[in-house]
Amino acid sequence: MHGRPRKAPKPEDTAASAAKAEKLRALQSQLLHNHHNQIYTKEALEISAKLLEANPESYTAWNYRKLAVEHNLSQSESDPDTVKSIISEELRVVENSLKQNFKSYGAWHHRKWVLSKGHSSVDHELQLLDRFQRADSRNFHAWNYRRFIVALKGISDEEELKYTTKLIETNFSNYSAWHNRSVLLSHLLQNKVKGFFPKEKVLVEEYEFVHQALFTDPDDQSGWFYHLWLLDQTVKPETPLLVSTWPVHGSDIIVSAEGCLDGRALSPFTSFHSDAGTFPLILYFNEAVEGVNSSTVTVKSVFTENKDLVWKPLATSKSCAAQAWVTHLNVPDVKLHPSTAYPIEVNLGDSQGIISLSGSHCSHPSRFAFTVCVQPLSSEHVERQGVEMILWRDVNFHFYDAHIQESSPIAYFDRLSIKKDHEPAASKWHAKTLVNEIALVRQLLSEIDCKIGKLTLARLLMAHDAMMSYMAPHSHKKVHSEEVLQLFSDLMELDPMHSQYYKEAQSLVLLQQVTSNRESLLKHCCHHRVSTSSSVGNSVCLRLNNLSLSRIGCVEQLLWVQMLDLSHNELRSIDGLEAMQLLSFLNLSHNKLSSFTALEPLRLLKLLKVLDISYNEIGAHPIDRRRYLCSSPLSHSVGSDWNFNEFVPDDAKVTNYWEAFAIFRGFNLMQLDIVGNAITDEKFKSFLIKVLPTLKWVDGEELH
Amino acid sequence: MNGAYWGLTTLDLLGKLEIVDQDEVVSWVMECQHESGGFGGNIGHDPHIVHTLSAVQVLALFDKLNVLDIDKIANYIAGLQNVDGSFSGDMWGEIDTRFSYIAICCLSLLQCLDKINVEKAVNYIMSCKNLDGGFGCTPGAESHAGQIFCCVGALALTGSLHHVDKDLLGWWLCERQVKSGGLNGRPEKLPDVCYSWWVLSSLIMIDRAHWIDKDKLIKFIIDCQDRENGGISDRPDDAVDVFHTYFGVAGLSLLEYPEVKAVDPAYALPVHVVNRIFFSR
Repeated sequence: MHGRPRKAPKPEDTAASAAKAEKLRALQSQLLHNHHNQIYTKEALEISAKLLEANPESYTAWNYRKLAVEHNLSQSESDPDTVKSIISEELRVVENSLKQNFKSYGAWHHRKWVLSKGHSSVDHELQLLDRFQRADSRNFHAWNYRRFIVALKGISDEEELKYTTKLIETNFSNYSAWHNRSVLLSHLLQNKVKGFFPKEKVLVEEYEFVHQALFTDPDDQSGWFYHLWLLDQTVKPETPLLVSTWPVHGSDIIVSAEGCLDGRALSPFTSFHSDAGTFPLILYFNEAVEGVNSSTVTVKSVFTENKDLVWKPLATSKSCAAQAWVTHLNVPDVKLHPSTAYPIEVNLGDSQGIISLSGSHCSHPSRFAFTVCVQPLSSEHVERQGVEMILWRDVNFHFYDAHIQESSPIAYFDRLSIKKDHEPAASKWHAKTLVNEIALVRQLLSEIDCKIGKLTLARLLMAHDAMMSYMAPHSHKKVHSEEVLQLFSDLMELDPMHSQYYKEAQSLVLLQQVTSNRESLLKHCCHHRVSTSSSVGNSVCLRLNNLSLSRIGCVEQLLWVQMLDLSHNELRSIDGLEAMQLLSFLNLSHNKLSSFTALEPLRLLKLLKVLDISYNEIGAHPIDRRRYLCSSPLSHSVGSDWNFNEFVPDDAKVTNYWEAFAIFRGFNLMQLDIVGNAITDEKFKSFLIKVLPTLKWVDGEELH
Repeated sequence: MNGAYWGLTTLDLLGKLEIVDQDEVVSWVMECQHESGGFGGNIGHDPHIVHTLSAVQVLALFDKLNVLDIDKIANYIAGLQNVDGSFSGDMWGEIDTRFSYIAICCLSLLQCLDKINVEKAVNYIMSCKNLDGGFGCTPGAESHAGQIFCCVGALALTGSLHHVDKDLLGWWLCERQVKSGGLNGRPEKLPDVCYSWWVLSSLIMIDRAHWIDKDKLIKFIIDCQDRENGGISDRPDDAVDVFHTYFGVAGLSLLEYPEVKAVDPAYALPVHVVNRIFFSR
């Protein structure tokens, strides 16, 4: 089936294979006859052996042999010689079959089954495995069988580790050996086995070991994948960390209970419209965590009792884990206490309970505090006609006055009172290791132009920047960004097949550059103002349009955003947006969104009122890449409220309709722009209007 | 039975399923059912979970799932789940994440996934996750594209893809594309058309398919055709077989090749068949 050359069939070949097939069929029908009639004589067994030698995939024959073994063993009582001969005959048949096809699942399993009976030599099996290893070091069946034998014999992880060392020293290009090494080392490190503690000592030795592979054969991927694992062990924090919040520590939040504020320019970072009667409190961690609740997070405020707060994970799935978590506090009644600044304090990490997916507890106590006051309506406020339609045209955007004094959302790390007194020596080692690795890879790249080496260098530089930002937030600037961007550009030329991967990495670096300091961020902030309107709005929009972005990132820096323009980019997905809980106005027009299912993150944005998805590729693709990343009956992730059958059309285009239903049901959208997608026709629009009863405008037209 | 699934699904994707005699196929499939509820590879063969899924898939193609005694099959499959959540292939106890995928896919098509312990099944699959982001057949086993398809598929069907590190796995998977444009199954191995399915469907399910060069892969698959006698082989100029023909065509479907019907990356059946099961009135 694999690796056989294509030959034009010659008459003698056709005749020969017909004869062969006839012979096999005869053996097979004899085997089935013996099997169904439970005939386990020597002759019958011989037939099955012949069949299995010709076709090791005949699983019914393996089953038959197992029954024969059980039958014959019970007949022989415990006569050791008979038992021995039965067992060794089985092993002989397996070996013969493996000669035909050393990847036969049936043959390997039969051998395991025989060994489990307990009458065989485990040492003999290890010798057999050595032969297989020499013949093909990547045969995963042999490796799996080895794990089985090792467990049977009780060989220690340390011994097996030595075995992988031996194999790798013989041939660096043995991904299977490196893989096994990583599994064994993980166990040894996790269990803090003697000789494998502290972790740093082990990592130093492993780095030295893998360097030999990288320098000997830099184009072989095996060593580089192992190196990536070592890098992950070096940079990943041991426990989950809180990296960002909204509101930010030390800020003074002004909540306006009614739509538009007066003309006074208020900071977009600390003002917030809410007609929902509540405002959100967002926690953003460095990795997905579980267990955020009112026991593990304490919120002191006069509005809501801590025990009544319900924390929700911002995950687009049934998961109970997420990087971002949200709860809602009640907005104070403006009539009772106008212009009072209420203090709110949040504490977490004091008690165990917030836990990462790998089981480590958030053990850094964090505390942040801010004030909230409610903006009363000014006396100049004109009686509103109703909410205005948003037009995303450039003419409606005016640059934000940067001279206004305000608190910056940047540099969260110095705002959060995170205790950093633990393991400073270890942190120094991690940083030093990164510096060493950067130097080493640079040296390698000076000798040879190696794609995966360049990628590793980019990853190392980014990791170093991230680590230094965490350790010294005031002083460190992300100095490597330009070099990293250049490396990815080089990679797009060197390895064009994977250019989209490198492009996405570039988008993330670009976003880091934009959001990493106050000046660059404010350059992208604009007032949105419709000059014909009598009521002057104060919506401040973050404009990240026309940046060739193919991926969203740095969301932890953007939790304050209420109005976002991402139009004219190359976005295929909007993963990450679900954390931006304040988002009310979103422009995703002129991107590469290819299905409604890509909009799943929006389902978590309860304040979203205005959405522009015009000029994307929805409906233009028969293959949906987001089908299993959203809630639907296909993945058993919808609740009993799934009533699509009330909406389903009679024609064959049900796919687009159920996707739109899955995303938009329950949305409170007021304005939707959808023109310029292959899906949109009048029938579909009227379907959408049924699903979205709160819509006031569709594609610029007011609905009645 | 596997061969029937490969051949017939390919025909449906090419819009030619009507050239086979539906009744003949359906009655042959049913003759392969064992008294335990499972199906064998052919008449008289022992039952196995692998052929049970293929049987259900073939019947789904013909919209004939109604001929099945669903409880009987469900009980056969549920009986193969072990205490740790894994699945055996048959009564002889071979354990492999392939069987986890098969159990979940089969019961999902029959809309009775609740007959098994889904949480435990998912936990077992996660115990097979490796440090490179991929999955193996059992805990500790090396990542392999075929096993990755099975694990990612099973996680997809149970709404559990949040457990997957999509960037890490996506990178491992996209690195399967080698200079010729074809895909291999793991590092430092030769490309093979069947990986156009295993790798590509996995990439699609985690939305990282744009990380490979679509056009170069299409060219590789097209070059593996035998233009004189038909069929697709594992590599250009090798002997063809129905296995590689199916995976080549299914791969082309995922690449949105014109005139090939869309295939569902998790159920490995044409999308119209899946829609018929889940979205009919």
